[in-house]
Amino acid sequence: MSEAPRFAPGDRVRTSTVDPDHHTRLPRYARGHVGEVVRDLGAWPLADEGAQGVPDAREEPVYTVRFAARDLWGGGDHWVTVDLWQSYLEGAS
Amino acid sequence: MSDHHPDAEIAVRVRRLEERVVAAGLTDDAELDDILTRLLAGASPLNGARIVARAWVDDDFRRRLLADASGAIADVGLSMGGGLKVQNLGVVENTASEHHVLVCTLCSCYPIGLLGPSPSWYKSEAYRARVVREPRAVLAEFGLELPDDVAITVHDTSAENRYLVLPRRPAGTEALSEAELTTMVTRNGLIGTAAV
Repeated sequence: MSEAPRFAPGDRVRTSTVDPDHHTRLPRYARGHVGEVVRDLGAWPLADEGAQGVPDAREEPVYTVRFAARDLWGGGDHWVTVDLWQSYLEGAS
Repeated sequence: MSDHHPDAEIAVRVRRLEERVVAAGLTDDAELDDILTRLLAGASPLNGARIVARAWVDDDFRRRLLADASGAIADVGLSMGGGLKVQNLGVVENTASEHHVLVCTLCSCYPIGLLGPSPSWYKSEAYRARVVREPRAVLAEFGLELPDDVAITVHDTSAENRYLVLPRRPAGTEALSEAELTTMVTRNGLIGTAAV
């Protein structure tokens, strides 16, 4: 059973600020930032659990989220997309 | 200097890890060899070049590739099933106003099962740290000077999707065959650090 998708392309989302003591796929530079969901990639086993040897890691929707460089780095005119599991994200207005 | 292979240290570490895994009874050397042979048999940047050339000559294939790359590449006899686990392929298309470049900032994720091992610079901390921050400068160091009005998107391969860049078809290649076009596509072009 995988979790139902809570976001859709076009939604604004904010990434978690949590710095877990285990493996995670939310890169540090992308924590606590607002971006836009650009693609729903389907449900995938949560890498955080897989890396800890949790049997049958729970499946969660994964989204491609696009951030503006100036939001991430304070400058730059490019975009950065990061593929993120749903539990890394909360809705942002 | 020819007496020190730059990868010697990592090779020793990998071998020690293999010995521990074998000693723990999780696998054996024959199975490890078998997995690597299967993983790399047929995995080559040429696969990416064939995908790109087909997309350049066949607009219907190009549209399906951008919508569902894992399914579309069956047209050229390829699949994403060659890796160690199931992964999806996403293809991002360069245009006159948009350029794409790939990275894995957390480690070195790359479509190895499809394209073979990634270049060593792709795994370097310098590339991984810098390209997400100053892609225009990094691409210029690769010899790719993009006009200021070309928007750059850097794709950080942080989950189970793997990516491939569809470069722009070079001008003046209208008369070339699909096979001839295939020879023009480079591995760097598939990553986005070269125009083609």
